[in-house]
Amino acid sequence: MAFALVDCESFYASCERIFRPDLKNIPIVVLSNNDGCVIARSTEAKKMGIGMGVPWFKVRESFLKENGQVFSSNFTFYGDMSARVMNMLEGFVPRVEVYSIDEAFLDFDTLKQNYNLYDFSCHIRTLVRQWTGIPVRIGIAPNKTLTKIAINEIKRRNIPASVLHLSNKKEIQNALAHTSVGKVWGVGRKLTEHLNKAGINTALDLAEINPQGIRRKFSVVLERTVRELRGERCLDIDDDISSKKQIVVSRSFGQRISNLKELRPIVSNFAVRAAEKLRNERQKCSQVSVFVRTSPFNRNKPQHSDLKTIELFTPTNDTRDILTAAKRGLLPIFKSGYDYAKAGIILNKFSDEKTKQYSLFKDPNEPKQNMRLMKYLDQMNNYETQIYYASQNTKKWSPMKQNMTSPKYTTNWYELPKVN
Amino acid sequence: MKVNYIGKISEENLPAIFVPYFLESVHAGFPSPASDYIESPIDLNKHLIKNGAATFLVRAQGQSMVGSGITDQAVLIVDRSIKPSHNSIVVATIDGEFVCKRLKLKPRMCLMPDNPEYPPIFINHGQELEIVGTVTAAINKF
Repeated sequence: MAFALVDCESFYASCERIFRPDLKNIPIVVLSNNDGCVIARSTEAKKMGIGMGVPWFKVRESFLKENGQVFSSNFTFYGDMSARVMNMLEGFVPRVEVYSIDEAFLDFDTLKQNYNLYDFSCHIRTLVRQWTGIPVRIGIAPNKTLTKIAINEIKRRNIPASVLHLSNKKEIQNALAHTSVGKVWGVGRKLTEHLNKAGINTALDLAEINPQGIRRKFSVVLERTVRELRGERCLDIDDDISSKKQIVVSRSFGQRISNLKELRPIVSNFAVRAAEKLRNERQKCSQVSVFVRTSPFNRNKPQHSDLKTIELFTPTNDTRDILTAAKRGLLPIFKSGYDYAKAGIILNKFSDEKTKQYSLFKDPNEPKQNMRLMKYLDQMNNYETQIYYASQNTKKWSPMKQNMTSPKYTTNWYELPKVN
Repeated sequence: MKVNYIGKISEENLPAIFVPYFLESVHAGFPSPASDYIESPIDLNKHLIKNGAATFLVRAQGQSMVGSGITDQAVLIVDRSIKPSHNSIVVATIDGEFVCKRLKLKPRMCLMPDNPEYPPIFINHGQELEIVGTVTAAINKF
């Protein structure tokens, strides 16, 4: 019985290196939206002591002095590379849970018994590297929590093969003894403080506590973690992609926006994008929320943040209905005199696209519900044309202040890598 | 970015390519006599890309491979999953730069341009050569 966790090594930094052979062995950092903080570091950058999440301005000078290379985040590109890796993984085993942009759980139970899981994982690693250029680590263990521990061990022990199979009790205990409790999956900073006060410092300490006692003193969730550390399996691979329950499209603005005339088209853009995502999931929604907020970092300016939820009587995934709801939601929460830094759209209460529920009463805002029209629009917008709704912002709206973004190597004809 | 205002959309003025002609439900009257003979339209992606996860597009620059039909600004389809052999056209990195050349494994390994005006690139001691992938097609736009 085994699960595996495939974890892309310094994913964003590795992506940036794929089409930049000149950056081999050069320290790379990738910055968050608006170039605020460091969100990814190559091994070389980690060695320089650049911490995760540090504000860029604090390390900028020393990093550049050492000839480090800095990038603004290029999520279009990272997203495409991630899809390639995940696509490949789905070819190796039937059950894969894409856990984040750079992590996936694989169900190894489905493999034949006596299959050499270590060799198989090395094979996966080699092939992913060869095909996509992305280096991955693979941790194999009886359950999800322990695969996370295995990945930590690969990092801590700097295992050159980047594959580790925690297959017996002794190995697992040894790994747990070297993992601080704060690094255990699902144990946050607050909880770590509590546990440390109770004398629980390593993952092994945590594993040795009676799970029932943990439940009484802490929570069911932590009890589950303890059970998994002891080798039980409590969490299954969740390969059900239809389990999405909410769609959020929101962004921070590059520049503060203070009037409705400017804000409305941007919110419309979010609504259009959210509706596209909804149709992609083959779902309809019956709740649309809009929110706006000022920047919490701008302390000396007046603050305002609000959210308005619009209920739809009949579920819909027609962009025009979502747009109407978004506009209705924005009006009451917008107040002039504030510098808005962020806005967004949240879709909730999903139902399957195919089911149609008739209302006993006539819906005063009868949805438009033209699935065919939407399908054509989606198809056309997938190509090079772009069809806009009148309320949208048609300018190439740049959401972020970013100056060091790499090309969209894999998704834009005009930004393809060049070869001589 | 291009902006197309197309006014009111109805099925009639959509480009033909997007209309699934033969997938429509059959209305009263005779069904199309052709509906049994429909094949899906030719798909260049399918034809040119065998392994999507491992395929990247790159743009060629210069005339060094003109003899192989790769002109300046051609789009090359590079498949990283295909192991190159003697005479394969490859994309490789040498001295931190991408190049597209023909791989020669004998008599001595080198990267051979397909243009007599360019010299072959031999790999010297201490130089690192990495084959990124095999070029499976070139698209030259006229």
